Amino acid sequence: MLIKKPADIRYSEITPKSIYMNRRNFMAGVPAAFLGARELLSPSARALAGTKLPNVQKSKYTVDEKQNSYQDVSTYNNYYEFGTDKSEPAQYAKNFKTAPWTVSVEGACNKPRKFTMEEILALAPLEERVYRHRCVEAWSIVVPWVGYSLSTLLNKVEPTSKASYVAFETYYDRKQMPHAAGLQFPYVEGLRMDEAMHPLALLCMGMFGEALPPQDGAPVRMILPWKYGFKSIKSIVKIRLVSSQPPASWNVTNPPEYGFYSNVNPHVDHPRWSQASERRLGEFRKRATLMFNGYGDQVASLYSGMDLKKNY
Amino acid sequence: MLKQRWTKVLVFVASLVPIFWLCWRAWNQNLTANPIEFITRYTGDWTIRFLVLTLAVTPLRKLLGLPDLIRFRRMIGLYAFFYGTLHFITFIWLDKFFDVADMLKDVAKRPFITAGFTAFLLMLPLAVTSTAGWIRRMGGKRWQLLHRLVYFSGIAGVVHYYWLVKSDIRLPAMYGALVGVLLVYRAAIWAMKRKPRVVAQRPATISTGALRDNP
Repeated sequence: MLIKKPADIRYSEITPKSIYMNRRNFMAGVPAAFLGARELLSPSARALAGTKLPNVQKSKYTVDEKQNSYQDVSTYNNYYEFGTDKSEPAQYAKNFKTAPWTVSVEGACNKPRKFTMEEILALAPLEERVYRHRCVEAWSIVVPWVGYSLSTLLNKVEPTSKASYVAFETYYDRKQMPHAAGLQFPYVEGLRMDEAMHPLALLCMGMFGEALPPQDGAPVRMILPWKYGFKSIKSIVKIRLVSSQPPASWNVTNPPEYGFYSNVNPHVDHPRWSQASERRLGEFRKRATLMFNGYGDQVASLYSGMDLKKNY
Repeated sequence: MLKQRWTKVLVFVASLVPIFWLCWRAWNQNLTANPIEFITRYTGDWTIRFLVLTLAVTPLRKLLGLPDLIRFRRMIGLYAFFYGTLHFITFIWLDKFFDVADMLKDVAKRPFITAGFTAFLLMLPLAVTSTAGWIRRMGGKRWQLLHRLVYFSGIAGVVHYYWLVKSDIRLPAMYGALVGVLLVYRAAIWAMKRKPRVVAQRPATISTGALRDNP
């Protein structure tokens, strides 16, 4: 009776969400009144968050599981730049400026360049993919993300044979992120090239058919459904193709607890808690965690011959 | 003023505010997207807060010159146990769903759970022997000795918190500092008393005492 039950109807039909959004608009109204003058001077600096994304197609990379609510996904976030409590990002990221935005794709490639957000959104048809998302803290959600495979973007810059890894970097601005704590910033992450080129590796610009809200990593982030959530880096400003394994923030902070690969693996416990089960938000009892978060058929071959207990 | 009966009622009711607030949020379905985690953290937070408060009573009596604060110490200590019990019940019921095997595995294998479980176990005999009858039965000195377990419960509680956070250690560090200061204060008093003094002597008997003279 304490547990909130997610609604059975789809997110797009849910009234509370629009009420919720209105509430936020209302709440934002007060500070906005003070910021009004500056906003009028640069209307383009307004965040896209919440605007509907056009022509979103269904994708075959979709699980048929009950989705979590927009409310769950947008109020329960790990985004340490905006505070280390999971309720804080929704609050402290509210005025995060995500436009204009550019992503620099550089390093070992023939055509390094910067992409504006508009270019990224127009690069390929947007797909809706319903993925399972498993946090290293042993909770999970099911989210309809919007984006396309990262490989689409990477192919545009023509990676050279020296590109063995991909390094990502999150935007960092102490002024906009005064509550950042717990890690070294900017946040960085990395993937092996074959992982990055895997079709499941999603360059994500939206969720629930709309542009990402700032607390979920607006305007563009990665989603790697077979890895623990922290690998799915948010608010990306730089993507570098590199020849050796790049640093990854949590791995740098605490190597024995957070490996470079960080694939979801129920057989390798976090040193301080079990990874054998997880709590799907909205469910009371825990459920068993699946190898590669249930994406083994697609991604297991990437790691064949590797000792996953060592390469955790 | 602190001697008046209503002050005790006030402290009693004030200490219930956190649990009423939790119930209110539950009633309004406002326990975040992960209610079980929220309840676990909330009850844990209040356990360590009440533990720190309990440990603060004796130093505050001396420093503020308010010896009557002693009237609230047992109650505050029992509230630490109350919230600690809720915290523990949340763990075994909502989190583990009475899966005893899984629970014991956690206690043995996860250091932060071992520390938390220790902190809770140490509070148990203190809660049981918190009555005037038990003080009489045990005798002031022995009772006092037993109740020093609260120091170790406080330390274990802080360790539990410290080992549980992923990287942001600010809160456990703060509670650690508080418990540290309160224990160092006692150690200092103890060290000073141990210094052989030629003239000054303590009264040989403990009067109504165990409660009052406890450093």
